[in-house]
Formats: sequence, C-alpha cells, structure tokens
Amino acid sequence: MKAIRVFACVIIVAVCALSLAAGWLAPDGYARQFRETPGAPPSRAHLLGTDEVGRDRFARVLYGTRISLLLAPAAALISTALAALVGGLAGYLGGIWLKLARAFTDLFLSLPWLFLLITVRALLPLNVSPLASVLVTFLILGVLGWAASARVLSTSADALRNSDFVLQARASGLDGPRLFLIHVLPNLKPVLYAQFWISIPVFILSEANLGVLGLGVAEPLPSWGSLLRELEGLISFREEPWRLVPLLLLIVVMTSFQILLSNEEVTA
Amino acid sequence: MIGRQSTSPSLVFLFRAKRGISFSSALRATTLLLCLAFVATTAIAQNGGDLRFCLRAEPKTFDPLLVDDDASLAVRYLTGGVLARINRQTQALEPELAESWKISADGKQISFKLRRGIHFSDGTPFTAEDVAFTMNRAMDPALHSSTGDSFRSGPGAIVTKVISPEQITIRFPAPVVGLDRMFDQVAIMSAHSGKKERAVLGPFVVAEYKAGSSLYLERNPNYWKKDSQGRRLPYLDSIHLDIQPNRDVEMLRFKRGELDLINTLDTDYFDRLGSASPQLVHDAGPSLDSDFVWFNQVATAPIPEYKRAWFRSTNFRRAMSAAINREDVARIVFNGHAQPAVGPISPSNKFWFNSNLKPIAYNIQAALELLKADGFHLQNGALLDKSNNPVEFSLATGAGSKPRERMAVLIQEDLGKIGVKVNIVTLDFPSLLERISQKFNYEAVILGFRNVDLDPNGQMNIWLSSAENHAWNPKQKAPETAWEAEIDKLMRAQASTSDPKKRKQSFDRVQQIIYEQAPFIYLVNNNALSAVSSSVAGATPGILFPQTYWNAERLTMNGTASARR
Repeated sequence: MKAIRVFACVIIVAVCALSLAAGWLAPDGYARQFRETPGAPPSRAHLLGTDEVGRDRFARVLYGTRISLLLAPAAALISTALAALVGGLAGYLGGIWLKLARAFTDLFLSLPWLFLLITVRALLPLNVSPLASVLVTFLILGVLGWAASARVLSTSADALRNSDFVLQARASGLDGPRLFLIHVLPNLKPVLYAQFWISIPVFILSEANLGVLGLGVAEPLPSWGSLLRELEGLISFREEPWRLVPLLLLIVVMTSFQILLSNEEVTA
Repeated sequence: MIGRQSTSPSLVFLFRAKRGISFSSALRATTLLLCLAFVATTAIAQNGGDLRFCLRAEPKTFDPLLVDDDASLAVRYLTGGVLARINRQTQALEPELAESWKISADGKQISFKLRRGIHFSDGTPFTAEDVAFTMNRAMDPALHSSTGDSFRSGPGAIVTKVISPEQITIRFPAPVVGLDRMFDQVAIMSAHSGKKERAVLGPFVVAEYKAGSSLYLERNPNYWKKDSQGRRLPYLDSIHLDIQPNRDVEMLRFKRGELDLINTLDTDYFDRLGSASPQLVHDAGPSLDSDFVWFNQVATAPIPEYKRAWFRSTNFRRAMSAAINREDVARIVFNGHAQPAVGPISPSNKFWFNSNLKPIAYNIQAALELLKADGFHLQNGALLDKSNNPVEFSLATGAGSKPRERMAVLIQEDLGKIGVKVNIVTLDFPSLLERISQKFNYEAVILGFRNVDLDPNGQMNIWLSSAENHAWNPKQKAPETAWEAEIDKLMRAQASTSDPKKRKQSFDRVQQIIYEQAPFIYLVNNNALSAVSSSVAGATPGILFPQTYWNAERLTMNGTASARR
C-alpha cells in the first residue's frame, strides 16, 4: 500500500514537473496555429498531432495541465478557508449559530451548482484577458465550492466543542477566540487537510465540466476541460487514439490523488 | 439499382436451367424471367418499403398552421398537401393541388384553379371550400399562426371567395410580396373532416405517434399524384421517424444501417463518414445559411465611448473584415465544405444573389490603410486609436457551437496580426441573447442566420432600422446613418411591388450597401451536407429544407433494406 502511494506521488510530481517545463518541451507554445496542418496525426514536429485549428496538441496538453493542476489547489485553498470560517466557527459556537450554518450549508448544497456557475460566469464582464478568465473561473469554483467541506468541518468542530479537553480549557478560564485558535483549530487540522486534498480533484473535474460546456478557460489558453472537448463526436477511439491523451492524463492524475488520500485522511 | 437487385436471382435461376434443359425451354424460361423481373421492378417501385431517419426533437404540433419548429416542419412537409410547391432543386414554383393561379396587378389578390377528383386521406373530397377554410383559419389573429403571419402585409382581414368547387379567389388587404411562393408553406386542411389535421392531402399520413420516441407515417391511400407511367405515388410504404436529439447516436445508427438518411451533417461527421464510405455522403454546395461577426453600435450600450466610435466607423469595420482570412475559415473550420461569404444572400439563391459582389479578399495591408485613415496606428505591435487607446475587444459567441468557437479562434489570430487584441467569450445561449437583444452589454458577436426562405422579403425584420433584429443597432426611431436610411427605403420599395425585376434591383443595391458598410462581417456560407444510405434509391440531396427527402414521394428502398427490417 505504501509503495503504491509513493508511485502515485511520483506520478503527480512528474506530471507537475512536465507541465512546468512546457516552455522548454514545447517551444512553439499553445496558441500558434499551424494552419496548413489542422487535425494532423502525431509526427516528429507534433508529438500528439495538431488540434482542429492546427495548434500543437502536445504543447496544449502540457500548458493545460499546468493551468488545471496549479489553479485547482488554489481554488481548493479558498474553499477550505471559507469552509473553516463558516463550518469551523459555527461548530465551535454551537447552538443557533450551528443550526443557522447547517441550514445555510444545506441550502447551498441543494443548489444546482452547474447552473449557479454558468449564471455567475454570465454575469461577469466580457472583456477580460484569457489569463484573467482562468483566475476568475477558479476563483468562482473556490468561492462556490465550500459548502460540502463546511458541513464536515461543522460536525467535527461541534464534537470538539463538547470534548473533555475543551471543557477543561474552558473551566480553566480560556474562552473566545483564544480557545478556538489554541485548542479547536489545531485539532481540526487533519479534517482541513483532508478537505483540501479532496477538493483538488473535485475542482479539476468541475473546470473540466465547465470546459466541456465551453464555459471554462477562455481561448486560446488550454485547460483539461477545453482539451476534453475534442473528444466530442469521437465515435471510434481507434480512429485517432492520440486524442485520448488528455483524458488518460486526467484519469491517471485523479487516480493518483485518490490513492494518496488514504482512508484515515478522508474520514479524519 | 432496383433492376440490379431484382434481376440477380433470375440470372442464377437461368444459369441452373441451362445445364439440364433444352435451348428452346431455356429461351422460354428467359422470356418468362425477364417478364417476372419487369413485374418485380414495378412491384418494388410500387411497394418501396420503409424509410427510416431521425427527427432531432419532438414535433411541437401536428397542426400545419401552427408549425414553428424543424420537427413539425418535417412532418408537415411529408403529410401536408399544398397548392403550389417550390421545387427544391430548380427553386421554381410548381403547381400541386392548384392547376394554375393568377395574381392581380395590384398584388392583393390571387385566384386558384384547383385539380378535380382529389380526396383527403380519410376520403373527404377536396374543394375550394377547404382552401377558404385553411386561409381564414391561418389569418385568424386568435390562432397566432406563423404561417398566416407571413401573409400579413397590412391591417384588415382577408376575403375568400369560393367561385366553384374548383375555383377560389383570395383577396388581401394590402399587396403581398412573393404571394404565390408563400403557398408552399400552407398545407390545406379539410373544412368538413372530423379528423381535423389528421386528414391530409400529402403523400403520407401519421399512423402512430409515441411521444418522445417515434413517429410512424404510412402511405396516404388517397394521394392524388401519379408518376409518368401512371403508377400511384408515393412508392414508399411507410416512413419511420425516430426522435433522437443526440447526433452521435444518430451517426452510429446510420453507420449500423439502422437509419437510411441524415438530413444535415456536421463537417466532422461528414468527413469521417465520407472517408469510410464516400458514396453515402452528399455535399450539395453552399447552403442559404451564413455566419458573421458584428459590432455593437447601439448608442445607449454600456461600452466605452471610444469603442463605440470604432464600431461606428465604416473604415474600422471594413478593416476588420479585410483582416479575416475567410479562405482559412472555410478550409480549417469546415474542412473545405464552405465558401467565403459575400453578403446576406448565398450564391445558391440563384435569383436574389447579387453576382457583381465578390468575397472580400484577405489583405492585411489594405486593413492597415483603412485604419490609418481613421487615425489608428501601430506601436510595438499593438494597434492604438488616435487617443492612444489600445484596440482590444471581446468577441462573444454561444457555448456549444464548435464551428463558431473555432472561427473565433482563427479571427483572434488574424486580427492579432494587425495589432488587435481579441478576447473570446463563450456564453450560454440565453445569456448571450439577453446581452445582444436587451441589455446591449457586449462588444462584438459571432453568430449566424439559418435561412429557410429564398425571398429577401423575409429579412425585413433584419434590415429595417426600426426592426428588432437589426442586430448591430436595433429599434431605431429614425435611421441613424444615411446608408441605413437608404436600406430602409430600398427594402420598402421591394416590398411594395410585385415586379420581380424591380424587386431584384432594389435588393441588389441593399446587398451592395451591406457589402460596403459591413454592419455584418460575413464569413462563410457552409455547405449543405447530408448522408443517404445506398438502400435508398432516387435521393438527390439539395440545399433547401428538407435536403434529403424533398422528393419523398419518389424515394424507394431496395430489397436489402426491406429484408433488413
């Protein structure tokens, strides 16, 4: 079990390293259009062929991986911080605050998140650069994706509030923010970590979902979502198997993340 | 193809006969078999089997006067009988239920002489009263019939006068442009049948409808038309229409032989299918559809004033037009199954296309010259206006349309060569529609028109400056530019006369103005692509709806297809 986790870790590190070396490995970049060879099969010049408008697919996969893998953790950080604020604090305060927070979280979880994302995306200004669109997309994902984690954190914080050591600390005169920061928050750390790691693949998939709908990262920037759109209409995998590379990469990375997250971490 | 299929078994039998029977017997057998083959051929033509294809949505109505969607349109085309029909190949109007007709000099009245001895599918006789009933119903404001709306040229009611069972006169309150051609869309309903819209005059009748699943049409036993050899049409026994919105599934089923045709194909599917079976795919040439870009010129739009000034400049729009490589768009986005567009009318529209206009050539130098005339200049590779604002705008399109997204990517790179920064935005369609038609909160848009009407009069709601669909600057109280005022005048002029030459002259000038002013920057006319199985005989796909089955009454299925089912 340990070996497989090391292997998963190596895969994630390798994929991250490759994506960071995109500028060196694919000097033509992700946006250059080789208009004479659109939809070309793999060759020495284009290791994974070219896409429908003649852009080097290998470069786009590397740059897309960089975007999806680097920004998903950022979004996960935002959502975990929000979850800690709402769920952790409500659990610690208990009573009406906990009930209110749970009601609000349940309401938030019951919203159709995809439509929520589409609506929020449609309300944003149109004239933003592709880079800004990436940041905005992941920011939206982070801001809207806190509810499930908050639910878990509120339960954990509630349990901590009633634990013996918190009662003892309270009996010793410790109360308010100090009690929360010194005794509750450090004990919430394992849950926070778990929620952070669980959120990363969720956000990668969410961005991929948005990208498949054409509502993710703006052209010409690639992301896994926009790369997966190429699979639309692919009836036979045998025809152009190299088009499956982004999908395989997504599966491999997601699986590696799942292996890394052991049961104890997930249920901590 | 029918002959080949039916004679093959005969030849096998003949070969066997020759081995053991005398020459004269063999000769008699040959004669007999040739006769049988002829009879078999005739029988196949008479009993043409079951044609199967997909509708991409549920038909919203079976009432022919309330048709507003593609699926209902398909059902109406296959079941409805009309007084005159536009031939989908020649684009000429041909008599159907009406033997002849005459339009009055003032363009307000049309008189039809109807064919005798025709019956609806339920046996009810067809007379002038049915035509009167249909037209009165279509024009009833309470019905909200879009078919009727196209005849509404002025206030007031129509007057129908039944002169005899075979003669009728219909008078409209104001002249109706292209009056006779509009009857292609009017499926005649029975005034007396209890079956209402289920009593039809077309080649097929709706026999079974399973909501959300399929529609089964059977041959109309009372269909009036016969072929040149006196055989009653249609040849097909039935048509099975499966309701299937997913194009991948449609394609897979076609490849498996479960479907006989695909009416409209995307370029990717066309090429993929064509590479394996080139005989199954058909490229009928440029369709009537077009894709184009336009800039927001609305005076009250929430965009910076300097950008509005760019978008309102003819030189700016023409420069953007010249900097777009349309050849590349046609070649890359549509794999060559498209032509650079000239204007609102496709070259396939034989009568109305202004053939003096040529596609705008890709010319970066010319684009920069035009921009220079307006004070734009390049600085470190970026284009700046006379106030040194960098030229940057968003180009929005609907999410999910791959061709348009690809066009946007090519345009982004093309305009980048003249220093223009384009930010591509894909929005869900309702949001996009809200922005372009209500809030006007956008800068540039790439969209397209799906034209079904050959006559430009149907485009009045686009070209009049007061129109809601005058996309770049709609609902103007008075034309804001001289060229828009001229278009208004010309469009009204063409609508006020029934003389085709005068109308053509006016609309040619409209096309010329649009070409010069570039309120819409036309990109390409994509080709009409379809697929027809080799089991279908007699199909000649065209550009007009319904591309593959416009002659459904003359289509037949070969023996293999019949056996398959």
